[in-house]
Amino acid sequence: MMRFISQQCRDNALWWVMALATVFILLTLVFIVAYVILQGAPGLTWTFLTSTDWRVGVWPMLLTTLYVVGVSLLVSLPIGIITAVFLNEYARNPKLKRTIRLAVETLAGIPSIIYGLFGLLVFCRILGLGQSILAGSLTLSIMILPVVITSTEEALKTVPRSFREGSLALGTTKIQTLWNVVLPSALPGIVTAVILAIGRVVGESAPVLLTVGIAKNVPRSVMDSGRTLTIHLYYLTKEAVEENAFQQAFATAAILVVFVIVLNSVTRAITRKYEKRIGSAA
Amino acid sequence: MNQNIKISVEDLNLWYGEFQALKNITMAIPKNQVVACIGPSGCGKSTFLRTLNRMNDLIEGCRWDGLVTLDGADIQNAMDVTNLRTRVGMVFQKPNPFPMSIRDNVAYGPRMQGLRDKKKLEHIVEESLVRAALWDEVKDRLRKSALGLSGGQQQRLCIARAIAMEPEVILMDEPTSALDPIATQRIEDLMEELRRQYSIVIVTHSMHQAARISDQTAFFLLGELMEYGETRQLFEYPQKKETEDYIQGRFG
Repeated sequence: MMRFISQQCRDNALWWVMALATVFILLTLVFIVAYVILQGAPGLTWTFLTSTDWRVGVWPMLLTTLYVVGVSLLVSLPIGIITAVFLNEYARNPKLKRTIRLAVETLAGIPSIIYGLFGLLVFCRILGLGQSILAGSLTLSIMILPVVITSTEEALKTVPRSFREGSLALGTTKIQTLWNVVLPSALPGIVTAVILAIGRVVGESAPVLLTVGIAKNVPRSVMDSGRTLTIHLYYLTKEAVEENAFQQAFATAAILVVFVIVLNSVTRAITRKYEKRIGSAA
Repeated sequence: MNQNIKISVEDLNLWYGEFQALKNITMAIPKNQVVACIGPSGCGKSTFLRTLNRMNDLIEGCRWDGLVTLDGADIQNAMDVTNLRTRVGMVFQKPNPFPMSIRDNVAYGPRMQGLRDKKKLEHIVEESLVRAALWDEVKDRLRKSALGLSGGQQQRLCIARAIAMEPEVILMDEPTSALDPIATQRIEDLMEELRRQYSIVIVTHSMHQAARISDQTAFFLLGELMEYGETRQLFEYPQKKETEDYIQGRFG
């Protein structure tokens, strides 16, 4: 009887610990989001979003951020997807596959500031791109390669073998099967990879600071230096030259937070749809 | 060369790594007949089937020797594997329609061969679905996803998809094992129709099915072809003790 009671107590205690941990996480999230948005909301005006004057608005930073995201994806998606396809569909030599995977995992583990250093040296200096959107995007595209490769490979793995066999048995070539059956089936997973990659690029600061720079004007081309929202946020809080800098920092933060939340919801929605489809196929 | 022989197999040996899955198989598959392959699990009958359209080539560590000919031409050296597979179609154990519309599933094969003419494609789709006895059930929802069909319908769709290529031989790997009795009945009826135009090789776990639908039956045991002959003959007067034991259900 005593034993039974003590076990009951332990169960109860455990329940409370878990409940507290969950509540803690939820509260933290709610607090951060609510705080940032509430603080930032008053500053989120149309002028703030569209003004090209860095003292008033963030248009140059928005544009720079979009450029950096776009160019990074343009470079890393083809390379990443092709690598994942090679690993999952073509490579037969297990030693080679293991080596490539090890390389990818190692890339994923390198601190981002090191990428920044590398980018500064190779792209900005040696290749002579200077601090520019292009140099930064190239740096970031290397940094997000592991995310793209790993997620795409996961997506390819979930495509049932029976799809491939069914297609090949109809006398199609491997490329035709890949292009018409495998990749379309993996597309939602690949989209998830893209979204994760965007999230990383948007949130990154150290390597961006080193390679893209901090120029505050509207970038005319990818060869210009620029300042992403994240970097802008850093400078607004650190320097606080303008009197309403803190207000602006929160407005900028609000943009970033909303962006991340939207991105997450989209990922989840796509993943759910994807799982449903695979489920009904099995 | 015998005019009535569609596929001829001579001294076929096949290994998965060190394991020999098929041993010295020699048999001839006649034109416009249904050949059933029976035998206990793991006896090599599915592997044998997958040799005939070289699907085993996809499996790592699998190698084989021997001579397999389609209309007298060596399938390994005298023809391209994609060409072989357009002539020898396959229906799998689990229905595997692609995650696309019913229409696109059937049109997939011809499209991949380069057929772009919409009218011709429409015609092939209808014709194939009619022949697979599925047309009446799906004609109003050709643009809907094939994954919404029932298991039996999906399997008939896979048959339609194979027929759309106008193959000469259709291989069926336990096509009804994932289906309920009514859906099974429909597929068996369908095979009765199809045998007029195609040579069919079917692997089945059900001896009753083999007896019902086939002209010839091959009994596999431990990678060897134990006995091969006319179905009625084999079931009524088996030549070997093992065959008799198996068809009487003493093991399996």
